[in-house]
This record gives sequence, C-alpha cells and structure tokens, in this order.
Amino acid sequence: MKSLTSRVIGIVIAVAIVAVAITFYVSGFLRSPTPIAAGQIGPGQAQLTLGTTPAVGKLGGNPTWVSFLVREGDQWKHTTNFDVPAHSLVKVTVDQYDGQSGLRNPFLSQVQGTVGGVMTVDGQTMDAINPQEASHTFAVPQLGILVPLPGVADDAPNQCAEMPCTLDQAHKTITFTIRTGEKGRYRWQCFVPCAAGFNDGFGGPMQTIGYMDGFVHVV
Amino acid sequence: MPESSHLRRILVLWLVLSAVATPVVVLVLAPGLPPGNDTAEASAQVTDNTVLLGIVTPIAVLIFVYFAYALIVFRRREGEPEEGTAVREHRGIQMTWLIVTSVIVLFLAGYGTVRLFASGSGGGQGADPLVKPSGDKLQVQVIAQQWEFTYRYPSFGGVETPHLVLPVDQEVELHVTSLDAIHSFWAHDLGVKADANPGVDNVAYVKPTKTQTFDIRCAELCGLWHGYMFDTGQIVSDASFEAWIQQQQSQFAPATKVLPPYNTHYNPAPRRRAG
Amino acid sequence: MNAEQSARSPLRRLLGFNVLTGILLGIVGFYFGWWLGHRIHAPSLDYLGDTGQNDIALMCGYLFFVVGFVIGLGFAKYPLARMTGREPSHHENEEGGVGRYFGVCTDHKVVGIQYLIGIGVFFFIGGLNAMLIRAELLRPSPQLFGSGNYLTIVGLHGAMMMGIMTSGILGPFANYFVPLMIGARRMAFPRIEALSFWLLMAAGLILVSTISFGGFPTGWTGYGPLNDQANWGYDSFIFFFALVGISMTLLGVNLIATIVTMRAPGLTWARLPIFCWGALSTSGLMVLAAPVLIAVLSMVAFDRAVQTSFFLSSSGGSPYLFENLFWFFGHPEVYVLALPGMAIILEILPVFARKPLWGYRLAVAGLLGVSLLSFFVWQHHLFVSGINSALRPFYMLSTEVISVPTGFIFLCGMATLWRARVRFTVPMLFCLAWFFNFFIGGISGVFLSDTPSDVSTHGSFFVMAHFHYTIMGGLVFAFFAAIYYWVPKMLGLRFNEALSKIHFWLMFIAFNSTFAPLFALGLMGMPRRVSTYADNLQPLNIWVSVSAFVLGTSMLIFLANVVYSMVIVRKPAEANPWGSKSLEWQLPTPVPVHNFDRTPVIDEDPYDYGVPPPAPKPTERPASAPG
Repeated sequence: MKSLTSRVIGIVIAVAIVAVAITFYVSGFLRSPTPIAAGQIGPGQAQLTLGTTPAVGKLGGNPTWVSFLVREGDQWKHTTNFDVPAHSLVKVTVDQYDGQSGLRNPFLSQVQGTVGGVMTVDGQTMDAINPQEASHTFAVPQLGILVPLPGVADDAPNQCAEMPCTLDQAHKTITFTIRTGEKGRYRWQCFVPCAAGFNDGFGGPMQTIGYMDGFVHVV
Repeated sequence: MPESSHLRRILVLWLVLSAVATPVVVLVLAPGLPPGNDTAEASAQVTDNTVLLGIVTPIAVLIFVYFAYALIVFRRREGEPEEGTAVREHRGIQMTWLIVTSVIVLFLAGYGTVRLFASGSGGGQGADPLVKPSGDKLQVQVIAQQWEFTYRYPSFGGVETPHLVLPVDQEVELHVTSLDAIHSFWAHDLGVKADANPGVDNVAYVKPTKTQTFDIRCAELCGLWHGYMFDTGQIVSDASFEAWIQQQQSQFAPATKVLPPYNTHYNPAPRRRAG
Repeated sequence: MNAEQSARSPLRRLLGFNVLTGILLGIVGFYFGWWLGHRIHAPSLDYLGDTGQNDIALMCGYLFFVVGFVIGLGFAKYPLARMTGREPSHHENEEGGVGRYFGVCTDHKVVGIQYLIGIGVFFFIGGLNAMLIRAELLRPSPQLFGSGNYLTIVGLHGAMMMGIMTSGILGPFANYFVPLMIGARRMAFPRIEALSFWLLMAAGLILVSTISFGGFPTGWTGYGPLNDQANWGYDSFIFFFALVGISMTLLGVNLIATIVTMRAPGLTWARLPIFCWGALSTSGLMVLAAPVLIAVLSMVAFDRAVQTSFFLSSSGGSPYLFENLFWFFGHPEVYVLALPGMAIILEILPVFARKPLWGYRLAVAGLLGVSLLSFFVWQHHLFVSGINSALRPFYMLSTEVISVPTGFIFLCGMATLWRARVRFTVPMLFCLAWFFNFFIGGISGVFLSDTPSDVSTHGSFFVMAHFHYTIMGGLVFAFFAAIYYWVPKMLGLRFNEALSKIHFWLMFIAFNSTFAPLFALGLMGMPRRVSTYADNLQPLNIWVSVSAFVLGTSMLIFLANVVYSMVIVRKPAEANPWGSKSLEWQLPTPVPVHNFDRTPVIDEDPYDYGVPPPAPKPTERPASAPG
C-alpha cells in the first residue's frame, strides 16, 4: 500500500480541488447587474432616464432579447437596478424604441401611483393608454406604481432594431414623476408579454433580472 | 421481571402522561394556533386541528413512552447475557393493533369528510363547488397574473382594482383564476387557499367575522417574482366598504372601460408563443 | 516487445473504455447534437430564433451526449461483438484492480460501491444547495442571489435530492447485498446494472449543466405552464429526470428478476431477508411509476420544442394533466425513497436487539401494503387546486389508510425491542433516530391528509417540514445506518467510533432543530420557495439557518470520518463485527469476486437470534437439498 505521506498529499489535493469547484459553483449564482444611481437635479429631486429596445444587441449577454436600459451621460448602460434617493421626487424619462405588444390584462393600462396619477407621452398628459398599444410597463407593485408605456406604431419609419438606439430613430418619450418614501429595496417588472418566442410572451427576458425585471433601491 | 409488570408500568406511564399532555395540548395550545378565529373558515380549521391534536397526542405519548421505556429497561448492561428472548409474533397483539389503527384512521377520514361538508373548509373547490353556503354572497374575482393579484367585483360594474377589501359578516364567493402560470391565492388569516389555474374558475368561500387587515401571498411557484407576490387585504365595515368601492369605481373608471366583459376565466392573447 | 507493451499500457488504460473516454465522447456527441439541432428547420419553429435559445439543439445535444457517454464507457462492445459474430466477453472488468471502478463492471459489488460514491457526490452538491438556500433566508429580503438564481438553487436542491436519491439506498446497498443475501453470484442482468448506474451519473452531470443555460425557475415539480415559459435550462431538468426514470426502471427490473429467479435453494419467500422484501416492493413502484414520469417529461419536451400543447389550457391542453401525471409518479416516488429505509431499519434492528424480527409476515404485509396503496393517493397534492372537489373525501380516506400498513412497520420495530438486549452501536442509533423522525413526519401527515386542515398547510413550510422529516429523517438516516452497518463489509475497513458518534448526535440534534421550527413557520404563513418573508418570521428563520449550517457541519464530520478511517488509518474490519446471522456476513471480508464457492442452502430465516422461548411447536420445513 502507498505510504501515509502520499495519501495525505492526495487528500490535500482532493480538498483543494473540491474547494475550487465549490467556489466556482457558488460564484456562478452570485452575478447580479451593477446598480446605477439616479442623477441629482436639485434638493430632493433626482432624474432617471430609461430606454427600451426590441433587442439589446451587443450590450447584453442575450443579444436577441428585449430589454430596459439606463442612460448615463450619453451612454446606454445595460442594467435594471437603480438607486434613487429616499423622500424625494424622482423624474423618470423613458425613451421607448420598442413596438406594440398589448397587455394580457387591460386593467394595467391605467397609470397608478405617479404624482397626479398621470404621465406625459410625447408631451401629452395621459392617465391611461389603449391596452393594445402597450409595449412595456414600468411597475413597482409594492409601491403601487404602474406606468404603461405605449409602443412605437408598427408602420413607423426608421425603427430601431437593436441597441444602441438614437433619438433620431422612431421612439416615444414618456415622462412621469414618483415620490419616494422610506428606504428599501423594491422589485420592479414589466407586465406586457413582450418576450418574443416564449410561451405567453412571459419567459426569458420577462423572468430575468437585467432585462424586464430589476430592483429599485431607495437609499 | 415478569412480562405483565413491564406492561403495567408502560400503561401507567402512558395514562398519566396522556392525562397531563392531552388537556394541555387541546385546551391551551391548540385554540391559539393559526390561522386564528377571524373568519368562519379559519375557526373551523382551528377546531379541526384541535380535534386532530387531541387524537394524535395520546398516540405520540404512547410511542415515546414505549421507546423510552424499552431503550432504558431493555438495554444490554455490562455482564448480562448477549441474547434477548426469541419471541417471533403474537396474533392477539397484531389483530388488536390492526383493528385499533384502522378504527382511528376510519374515524379521522369520517370526521374529515363530515367537517368538509359542514364548513367547506375555505379551500378552492373548482368551478362546481361541492359545498355551498346558503344565503346571499358577494362575488369577488381574484385574477392572478405574473406577478400580481388583481380583484374584480362583478356586482359593482365589474370594476377591477389592485386591492382586496371585503365587508365584514358577509359571505364572500371568491372566484380564483389565472391569466398565465399556476398561482395559488393564500389569505392565511382568512383560512383560504385556492390555486389559480389559467382558464379555470376555482371557487372558495369565506365569511369574515372581524374587521382587520390580512396578508395575501402566492403559494404556488409561479416564476421569478413568486416570493414578491404578496399583498395586504382589509376587512371593513359595510359602510366603509360602500365608500371604498365607490372610490375605486371612480378612480379606475378609465381602466374599467377597456376591460373585457366579466367572465369566470379569460384566455388573453398571445395564446401561444409570442412573436 | 515487452518494454514497448508496458510503456503503452498506462496510455492505453487511460484511453480504453472508461469514464474519461465516456466524457470525451459525450462532449463530442453533445456538439454533434447541437450542430444537428440547429439544422432542424420548420416554419412553425421560427420563434426559436427570437428566443436565442434553440431548445431542439440543446435537447439533441443532451441526447447525443448520453449516446456518446454510454459508447465511450464501453457499453457498445458487447452488442457489437455479438453482431459481428465474435465471441463477446461475458464478464467485464471483474478482476481489473482499481481501474474497474471507473468503467463498466459487471461485478455487482463494484457497482454497489460506484453507486455509493456517485450518489454521495450528488448528495453533497444537493446539500450545498440547501446551505445556499438557508444563507439566503437569513434575512427577510433577498441579499445574496438574484431572485432568479435563488429559484434555480431551490430547483437544483429538490431535483438532486428527489432524483438522484431515488436510488440512494437501493443503488449501493441492494446492488451489493441482495445477491449476497439470496446466495447468488451476480445480479440477473449485470450489464443493465452497470447501465443503470452510469445513466444516473449522466443525469447528474446534465442537471448541473443547467447553470450554463439559465437554470430553471420551476422547482423540482416543474409545473406547467411555467415550464413552457422557462429558459432552456429546463431542458436539462427534462433530460435529468427522464434519465433518472430510465435508471430507476432498469434498477427495478433487475432487482425483481434477481430476487424472483436467483434465490438459493431453500430460500423460500418466508425466509427472504426483510431488506430483500423492501427492495422487491420498491422495485415494483419504480417499474410502474417511473415510465409515467418519462412519458410526462416527453410531453413537456414536445410542448417546449415543437409547439404541441399538452399542458397549455389556452390551446386546448390542461395544466391539471401535468399535475396529475406528475404526482401519479411523484407520490409512489416518495415511497421509493421511504420504503428501502423502512426495510433497512427492520433488517438492522434484530441484529442489535439480539432478537428475531418480530412479526415478519406483518412487516412484509406492511411493505407491500404501502407500495400498493401509494398509487391511490396522489390527488392529495391537489386538494386546493380546484380539480373535481367531489373526489377529495376519497383521497383523504386513501391517504389516511396508508398509515395502517406504515403502522405495521412501527409495531414490528417496537415489538422487536420488547425484552431485547439493545446494543447502542452507531447503526442502531441511526435506526432509533429513524423511528423518532419518521414518527413525527408521519403524524404531521395526519394534518396534511385532512382536507380542511390541509387548506392552511398546503404549499407552506409545514409541508416542507413534513417531507423533510419523512425523507431526510427517514431515507437519509436509514442511508447512514446502512453505511455504518455495511461499509465495513464492503470496504473491509472500520469506522472511527468516536467520530461516528459525534456525527450521529450532531446530525440528529441539528436535524430536529432545523426542521421542527419549520412546522411553526408554515403555520404562521410562510409559503415554500420564496426568498422573501414577513419581518416577524426572521428570528425563527435565523434559528433554522444556523441549525442547518450545523447540520451541514455534521456532514463534513462524516466526510472527515471517511477520510480518516478509510484513507489514513485503515483499520481492517472483522468478517462479522456485529455478530449478524444474515448470509452476507458469513462471507469472508473482502467478499470474493464470485461470492460463494458453493451455492449455499438455506434452511432458516436470517433472524435466528435470542434465547429460544419455551419450546413452541416444531416448525415444518420443506425438504432442502442435502449438503
């Protein structure tokens, strides 16, 4: 039989291999998009610019997937986790480049939980949209916030196919303001079945943080 | 020691401990257990659990007393012979055990069935409920979708709202359905749980007896935000309920206009793979 | 010539048919299938391009991975030899040293040890997932894992434990000991025996690979229509469970054939060791239930890949169909996990009580009764699902009736302790803990089977506590009882007594401290599979998590014990350290390759312990062959 020393060395090597394997396994689960902070635009006021795209292209790991993005400076950043200040007014602008999918539950076509219960679409104030025209929603159910985002018409010229999209391409600009309260971490999601190719339009990007879901971190 | 004195000791221990434990469990512990006494259904479940605990406690005491006794008394001590007594079976004990366990089991099943028919239990009973309470009922539709519950009140113009508010002392008929995956509507404090299946109307009854707030959670894994599919509902007085529902009707008037007509279930587009 | 041969031999050994070539050919097969799958086009499959996830390619990849893996292991050698008219070898690798553990081996003892180690690896990965789950639940809102990853971890833990552990006891111990107990030289189908093991390993590898494909958010039950929305990581789940199902079926067929046809002369049904009865009744469940699982998973695969709609109500299918088919398999499967545990307990108890097994016939009736009834209870998983509510009283009755045969097992165990001389060895401690845990698991089942009571507890942590008490408290404690009882025979080495006892006590206390509070959490309204919970439940959750970490530590102590006793100290074990009268312990240690030099003749059951009671009437024995 082999000597004790060689057996002990064997055990040490085996333990090291197992430890590396476990670290690799666990770290695989820990990935999560880095958050981006909303820009301060005054005392108790912040500004957040979001964008939606029919396909995230080279910016994301799944190029064909529909996605939300955040604009930082003049760059689109692929994350859906935002930090916003507590007890403040947060002005959110969404540049909507994606087309229309329609809501499964038309009830969700009415704006809820924003300041005044309204939003503006290309400058026009609205409290509800045609549910068939919905492209996405920005919804934080725990805070009672729901903003339906109308999509670009199917026959619009010069549509953006994938990120990075620019403002000279067909888009809708939606703005709304939310009043934040206590600190906390709240999930947000899209309610429109916009995940092309998945059953009920609700798989893939609709169930992946970093695409149609994320966290609003009130700090 | 002769066989009979072992048996007598176990019997005495069992009787004494059961006589102490059973009343403690049945009278002190069980009535305070969740889901509480805020609805007729929750109270019925507490009653059931109390009866079951009352049956189970002496059985548990018997098993634990027997094992403790046997392991202490029949352990092999230093210097004793190695081998036990080679008894292989005893027809009388086997028959008694078979009869006693069968009687307990049949009683449990019988009692459960009687209670199921008596109280309806608060569980989802499908589109054609087996047990229907009498009297007039307020219909409320629970619409589960990924990942939020919304509620529709067909007797108030089919208004839909993200909040569940119910009047007190009123029999409520919940119609639970889903628009996508399987969810489960669980109002823990009300003693109600009903799976929400797409294309299915699952009816559950509840009669709140106290004004209060209660937690709602999804109890069937439904995807990414399953853990976040929670909500708080309210039981309020009749007058507050009237005021609340009118406020909801005016607030959600724009959305109500575009809702499909009230139905027991919905099959919204896209029906299959979306494009 | 000689020198050249010996120089080539290590390389040839490495590239001969073994697990390494199996994996290599498996990977080649995977990429071939992947390539092939991407070339399958049809107008109705356009959506696959949108998703960026071609399910067909992945499924083909897995299919050809399994084909390559099996060929690389050398399973094609025998049929190819037969087809080309050459004389095939009937025994593969039976005397090849350590190398035979890494390939196809037709010696049932080698397969038993392969199973023990292979299952051990996946059991520890499953346990690691449990630790991750409890780490996440230390706080009421998610902190460690993105929520999607959390669901994948939950699913991996469940699938690993409910899938791989179906063979947790029968794989290692029935393969190893059933032939020894019945006086046979091998299993009835030695190649199928090896195949059932290697398919299980392929299944485990495929399940772990789900991490690379986005995981699956459905938990181990994989309910539709969520399963149709899931990422292609769910395809790994399909192939994993289908392979587990095939492996289970093969194992069951093999055990039934072996026990029915290969018993030694004189080993009548009434003398068959109770563990063999347990293996037989479990095998019956495996053979009848697992094909249903394979069928339902094929249907899901079609739903996902080629647009059928078995389970989609919007297109004429029904999610209820999935639930019913799944639990028609799933509930017998729970007994596939529990029955071998019961059998092992009853097998070990007489040895350390030094008494014959009390009520042998009743115990057999209990095992067979449980396995029969387990096919008639599945809808108790669907009490609140809204399906045919008129059937609820029947399923309440059938579920409660199953506790009658389970009660037989308890009676036999309890009466075996009556006037015994109990020796508290480590296997015995695990047996006694089994009774404690399984009793709590069983008695909590009374509340779940009662329909009105189930409304509150269904889908909550109460259910979780219940099935961990029956499966972990039942199966895993019995698994360790069997390890401490039989491994000295299998490996010829002794466990360190002190470390074994520390392992037992830490595991027993931490187990109860982990799972008992879950009953309370469930009653207080905590649903399963969530990464968020109400703030007032945090103290109890912290308690549970810390206990779970201690439970995990007890497993590390077991591993340390294995390394210390089996690798470092290597104290040889006696041939029959427990003084057992069972046939396998009468063989020398290590067991010779062909087990028995002469076919044994059995004229008694293996429980002839104890001082004979005052002469009963002489039992009639059938004439057995002399010698």
